[in-house]
Amino acid sequence: MHKPPVDPALPGPRLGRLGLILAQVVVVALFAALGARLWYLQVPMADHYRELAQANHHQELVVPATRGQILDSSGRAMVNNRTELVVSADYHELQGMDDGGEKVLTELSGVLDVPLKDLKQRMRLCGPEVERPCWPGSPYQPVTLADDVEAPVALQIMERSEDFPGITAQAQALREYPYGEHAGQILGYLQPVTQEELEDREELRTQFTGIDQVGRDGLEAVYDEELRGTPGLRTLGVNNHGEVMDLISERDPVAGRHLITHLDMNVQKVAEQALKEGMENARPKNIADSGAAVVLDVKNGGVVAMASLPTYDPTIWEGGVDQETFDEILSEEAGEPLLSRAVQGTYPPGSTFKVASMLAAVEDGASLRSTYACPGSVSLAGQSYENYEGSAQGTISLKQAIVASCNTVFYNFGYQMWQKDGGLHPEGEPEETMAETARELGFGSPTGIDLPYETGGRIPDREWKRTFWEETREVNCERAEKGYPDVEDPSAAAYMKQLAHEHCVEGFEWRANEAINFAIGQGDVLVSPLQLATAYSSIANGGTVYEPRVVRALAEADGSGMEEVEPTVKGELSADDETLSYLQEALTEVTKSGTGRGAFADFPQDRVSVAGKTGSADAQGREVSSWFASYAPADDPQYAVAVMVSQGGTGGETAAPIASEIYKGIYGFAPTEDSEEVEQGEPVLPDGVPHDELPTIRDDGSIETLEP
Amino acid sequence: MLNEMGRPPRRPLELRRTVNSTVGGARRLDWILISAVVALCVMGALLVWAATLPGDGGDPMESTEHLTRHLAHLAAALVVGLAIASVDYRTVRAYAPLVYLFTLAGLVLVLTPLGAVINGSRGWIVVAGFQYQPSELMKVGIIVVLATLLAEPRDDETRPMSRDVLFCLLVVAAPLALVALQPDLGTALVLVAIFLGMLVLSGASFIWVVGMLACGALAVAAVWVFELLEPYQMQRLATLVDPAADPQGAGYNSAQALIAVGSGGFDGTGLFEGEQTHGRFVPEQHTDFIFTVAGEELGFLGAFAIIGLMATILWRILRIARACDLPYPRLVCIGVATWFGFQSFVNIGMCLGMMPVTGIPLPFVSYGGTAVMANMIALGLVLGVNSRDRGFE
Repeated sequence: MHKPPVDPALPGPRLGRLGLILAQVVVVALFAALGARLWYLQVPMADHYRELAQANHHQELVVPATRGQILDSSGRAMVNNRTELVVSADYHELQGMDDGGEKVLTELSGVLDVPLKDLKQRMRLCGPEVERPCWPGSPYQPVTLADDVEAPVALQIMERSEDFPGITAQAQALREYPYGEHAGQILGYLQPVTQEELEDREELRTQFTGIDQVGRDGLEAVYDEELRGTPGLRTLGVNNHGEVMDLISERDPVAGRHLITHLDMNVQKVAEQALKEGMENARPKNIADSGAAVVLDVKNGGVVAMASLPTYDPTIWEGGVDQETFDEILSEEAGEPLLSRAVQGTYPPGSTFKVASMLAAVEDGASLRSTYACPGSVSLAGQSYENYEGSAQGTISLKQAIVASCNTVFYNFGYQMWQKDGGLHPEGEPEETMAETARELGFGSPTGIDLPYETGGRIPDREWKRTFWEETREVNCERAEKGYPDVEDPSAAAYMKQLAHEHCVEGFEWRANEAINFAIGQGDVLVSPLQLATAYSSIANGGTVYEPRVVRALAEADGSGMEEVEPTVKGELSADDETLSYLQEALTEVTKSGTGRGAFADFPQDRVSVAGKTGSADAQGREVSSWFASYAPADDPQYAVAVMVSQGGTGGETAAPIASEIYKGIYGFAPTEDSEEVEQGEPVLPDGVPHDELPTIRDDGSIETLEP
Repeated sequence: MLNEMGRPPRRPLELRRTVNSTVGGARRLDWILISAVVALCVMGALLVWAATLPGDGGDPMESTEHLTRHLAHLAAALVVGLAIASVDYRTVRAYAPLVYLFTLAGLVLVLTPLGAVINGSRGWIVVAGFQYQPSELMKVGIIVVLATLLAEPRDDETRPMSRDVLFCLLVVAAPLALVALQPDLGTALVLVAIFLGMLVLSGASFIWVVGMLACGALAVAAVWVFELLEPYQMQRLATLVDPAADPQGAGYNSAQALIAVGSGGFDGTGLFEGEQTHGRFVPEQHTDFIFTVAGEELGFLGAFAIIGLMATILWRILRIARACDLPYPRLVCIGVATWFGFQSFVNIGMCLGMMPVTGIPLPFVSYGGTAVMANMIALGLVLGVNSRDRGFE
């Protein structure tokens, strides 16, 4: 153990001492660096990391609000909600997996008993190249993989969450249609919100719930904001496993508002049934490919019923639609059932338009007391125009011209007004009395109904003609020069070239034949069944043109804040009371002795008198379309009913009987079993009047329907 | 000046300290060092407690399981450490080869069926419910044996010669290989650091030091080029460059550690109040990442105190080393200082995003019975040197 003393002067220890001092310096330097780094993180960067920390352990959960119901006028739910368990996947999380989520989906396919292929298809984002089923929503939303899942299955997925990364099972509210396949086009449907919609609509982004749906059509689209309510927001404290540890803040969702509509479920059913049967009766003699029936409350413009055929079952939208169904409802073969013929369809109105022609003629100076010649045919501006089936009525009153639907009388009116305006070459501003009167009645522009995609129809006049000419001139003039080398038949090609030349050179001219056809609702004039019903409502109620309204009132889910939608007046007819009364009398007579007589033969007109006008509209290359526009009771009008069956034959044989059935349903006239006599049955509406009061929504959310 | 008798002349700076000492007798303890260690242990105990509270941050008094065990570890370690401090360091030196072989045997044992795998590393022996981590004590073993080898050059030499260094290499290679088999990169790095630190300050030829460092660099290059590290280890190195690049992947731990520390701010959330800590966003927060708990709950004030205390401890140990005349005690102190210094710098640096993530605990603070015991034994060795180093008696 005895060692020689160590000489500190020797190189070893000296180096050691120096090294130790250096080591101390190094320690101080290194630990000062740690301190500096600590300072940097905790003082200048503290706010940054606090934000990150908050994002870390605060999970914001959007609690969707219950969507409002759509009720009929007596409080029956046409659309409400039901809850079901939905299994959905996080698109990005699955995409981010090494196998693109294959393993998870395989596992899930076993649990759900759904083929893996189906799940994979549902995970794809919809696009032009991607066939349904696919995900039509945003990739930032959970993708619905299965809906209406049994509770034990959902529970299994929730409990084994580590086996199903990116997969969630949760309750989701689904739209339900308690009355089934009725009023599909009015109610509309919901679809998952798309990325574009999220980007377009700021308020949607903040209300993003993960399984968000937006209204795509009908009332669901127009009143989307009211129906949706305000989603709640729950801020949860979570740990690193995402387990909820505490509730940091909570804002309750506010349920969407209920829509109380003017619609009456029973009238709607009656209208749909009558239209369906009427169209079936019209076949096979006629094509009768589509049809519409509109029932309006003439006193306020309320839409009591609106049927459109073909229609579809709105439940197909639940949980994503498959490609076959989707193709079908969009296909022409299926008759495009999504399209509401009442609101979006336009057709030449035929003789139902004569109410406009008559009012225009009176405005133009025709006397209500004069008589007018009704020959079998008239020759005007070098062309011959015939009555329907060439029948002549002799000299008749204006009233009789409406009742018998005499075309020649109105041909003359059309020609006279055209001439008065200066014919082909008007000097100064033409009066366009025909077109102006039609516009007063609401034709030529959207009625303003609270439904989407409404058409405005078309009222042709000189100005329209010039605009149309300017738009088409280039094409026509080119055709006039080059002809139609692609058309095989040389004579047809020559004829088309001739036409193109005419359109090119003088296509802006509003010709006599156009004005003459316009007067009987033919030619370029197009109206929608809803416009026609609106026009007849205004005639019935003494001259007020209302904007049609489906929704009568909005109410909170607890019944508070009932907000009635006041009727909106679109305009007033300029015709004086005498003229309107005269027209009303004429229309009242149509169903008694005129063109509507046959259809209303079994209708107890002594109890409820119906006023109306038939129409049979020609369109090139198509069969005659059947029209009936009406209102009742004639002495104190309450309802206007317009019926249209495309390619359905004459108005009297197809459309008028449908209208008759609708009135019978409303007023409860049903044929007794043993006789042709019509008896008073159970009216759909009490006393044939819509409910005056609104249904009551109690504060517990239940709805007290009005007894009929 | 009785106690100055027979002693070689000292530099005036050393005079004051030696005045109160007695030859071979009374304890002359470095109370600053001891205070710093005690303060660090108290903070460590509180942080272990805070780190092991249940997630909902309930009553701390009801979840004292880890705290109690940690305090028990500390108490036992304190007794052992004091006992070591009271043993003559020359006795320890005499038994150095035995200590080395004993600790090395532990490392062999973990590779037998007695060993248990915890956190992917076969580094534990579990007997009767006690978990024992031989690699921690290996650090003590290697320090005493290296100090012995490097301090006792052959006759006529005052500095370790090549054969000493080569023998040292062999001595280090054995535990290094065993630790690498576990695998435990952290401990391996600590062993290498201890060896390099002691070698540099042993007075050995600079050629050796430079050569060793060059070999180290080569080894690192080889690891990089031939991809010797496990992919997760490579990723940890890569995420050091940018922890935010892949927060849910390899960079998750690092990113969460930064968030925890950064969100603490200057004065912290208060003890037991850290939401990051409660949410268990940082892994291993009562052991390797305990510094993040200090960062979040105690803020800059508390976390900087830990850095300061650790720096003080190192400073004092190096000061004791500097006061040693003999190479063996000096090298023991150097070894211990290198160990503590390397571990605390790498550990805190890891929590602050300056160092890659390696499983190295923070001395005196992290939870872990064997580590606490090893730390206290090492402290005991240093204190023993401090109280007895008189050159010769």
